[in-house]
Amino acid sequence: MRRETPKSIADYTPLFFPAVMLVVFFVVPFSTMIAVSFFKRDPAGFYTPDFVVDNYARFLSAFFGRVLGFSLMLSVIVAICCVAIAFPFTYLLTRRPRAVQTVWLVCLLSVLSLSEVIIGFAWSTLFSRTAGITNLFVWLGVMQEPVALLPGFGAVLTGMVYQALPYTILVLYPALVRLDPTLLEAARTLGASPIHAFFNVVTPALRNTIVATLIMVFVFALGSYLLPQILGRPQHWTLSVLITDQAIYQSNMPFAAAMAVFLVLISLALVGLTLLVGRRENAL
Amino acid sequence: MKRILNGQVSRRTVLGAGLAGAGMLAMPSILHAQDKSLKIGVYGGYFKKSFDENIFPEFTKATGIAVESIAEPTGEAWLVQLEQAAKAGQAPADVSMMSQTSTLKGLGTELWTPIDPARIKSFDSLLPHFSSKYPDGRIAGVGAVAWYITLVTNTDVYKEPPTSWADMWDPANADKLGLLALASNSFLLEVTSTTFMGGTNALDTEEGILKAMEKLAELKPNVRLWYRDEAQFEQALKSGEIPMGQYYHDVTGLAAADGQPVRSTFPKEGGIQDSGNWVLSRASEKVDEAHVFIDYMSQPAIQGLMSRKVGTAPTLKKDVLDLTAEEFAAVSSEIPPILPRYDLYTTKSDWINQKWTELIVAA
Repeated sequence: MRRETPKSIADYTPLFFPAVMLVVFFVVPFSTMIAVSFFKRDPAGFYTPDFVVDNYARFLSAFFGRVLGFSLMLSVIVAICCVAIAFPFTYLLTRRPRAVQTVWLVCLLSVLSLSEVIIGFAWSTLFSRTAGITNLFVWLGVMQEPVALLPGFGAVLTGMVYQALPYTILVLYPALVRLDPTLLEAARTLGASPIHAFFNVVTPALRNTIVATLIMVFVFALGSYLLPQILGRPQHWTLSVLITDQAIYQSNMPFAAAMAVFLVLISLALVGLTLLVGRRENAL
Repeated sequence: MKRILNGQVSRRTVLGAGLAGAGMLAMPSILHAQDKSLKIGVYGGYFKKSFDENIFPEFTKATGIAVESIAEPTGEAWLVQLEQAAKAGQAPADVSMMSQTSTLKGLGTELWTPIDPARIKSFDSLLPHFSSKYPDGRIAGVGAVAWYITLVTNTDVYKEPPTSWADMWDPANADKLGLLALASNSFLLEVTSTTFMGGTNALDTEEGILKAMEKLAELKPNVRLWYRDEAQFEQALKSGEIPMGQYYHDVTGLAAADGQPVRSTFPKEGGIQDSGNWVLSRASEKVDEAHVFIDYMSQPAIQGLMSRKVGTAPTLKKDVLDLTAEEFAAVSSEIPPILPRYDLYTTKSDWINQKWTELIVAA
């Protein structure tokens, strides 16, 4: 099929709807946020339109630097864990009969219907001393007495990986299903073991998919603000938690907006950097 | 519920109030179409419902003034709306229930019509901190509702009730406390200064505040949960997972009455008493009706009714009330309360918030 270049305005009409959606749901809110981030904070009210950089200046401190660093690190770890678990899982899933795959995918979709609140409370119960899984270990004789597994970094990580895993699998699934089986057959014919073939053929063939999935999970995890509160100690609170505090509890919209803009810029920069590195390596 | 008075809200409450607000816009609940009327702003959700059911119909019956109750949005949004409307000569509500911090913020712009104490019969019986004044002594707001935050414990874990806020610092309580996460809703600076520094006057200077924060930092190893959402702590308290902490006296009492192993104790230093005022917008022309309303609400009988039906602490001195000892204990205590330093949260709010966050978040 030959693709023709659009010639008249009418040929562009299919683009209008997505363009309008993008403007209404992304460009307008984001521009508003950027504008508010330069407004002047009025402690006695909300804010007054102005152009000040105080909000950004306040953010540039060692304290917020640490919180930002932690948030980015946490999101990177969540992304890596998710892909490390989801990639082999999805690969094995695509080797199963169609009916088995459907059951698994329906179960995964049902996990998506759980809200962050429910996931948070469920894990806080599972990790609790009074009702948690350690009681099971005690009953099995593995442990002496039940302990609380939260709050802590491990609990936060578990909750966030659990929340992001279904998305990861659903993003990886189409690419793995479409993977040409003859590639593997060729590798096996040439004497590679299944594990060898998986790491040396399947993984490199889907490198771009993996990078794209990592970025998606990273961005997804960056916005999490409830799980770190429910499952973590204050030192595990992400920048998103502090943004919520400023916006909802302190009525300091300009500062909250400035922090949010900063977070978006940093994550865009990281995503851009990843893509750039990827392209260079591909070019080699 | 009533925490919203403070401007510290969970998302749940915001949503509830938003829905209530939308409902109000669609269908104003005018109880009786009479000549005299008054628009009264009350926080949406629990408060508005209780007032609409138990308080406003009685008021209309007694005075002939029809009440149109308005669900206020939460936080400082209502203050901002009243302020903007007043500039245009409009009053979205004549009388509003207003948090102490927002009342103080409204003083600066003379947003509140002064209230004449001579027209409030029970004014002299009001506890002194329940009248909010302009710097020149005019009355800007009269106490509307009050409630306590106390030291709560799980009775299975703590056989004996604690006696002092200082018990929270006991190393034996490592990793056992649940505390509110923000300076402006936990009032822990006030608790610390009252318990260890001779009173909340110690917070007059920034050095004093920093000293209180240092003392609070010693508490951190004992804190398991810094909560923003009430449900999070309440559940953990009931199960004994987090057996001690600060929580709302009335809600804890209700849980104990339900058979849950929890108790609320007024420490010897006093419980934390938070509250809201009735204020009158300067754009309102219903000055007479507003005085009748505030007078009515401040009567001992109505304060008693509110304690029984809404669960609020009375704003009047105990001896004028008709509450039995049990009814009084269910909502209040005779130990002098710790009163939050609301002035700090208007003048130094960003500074305190910054230092507080650094204190809590630092590992």
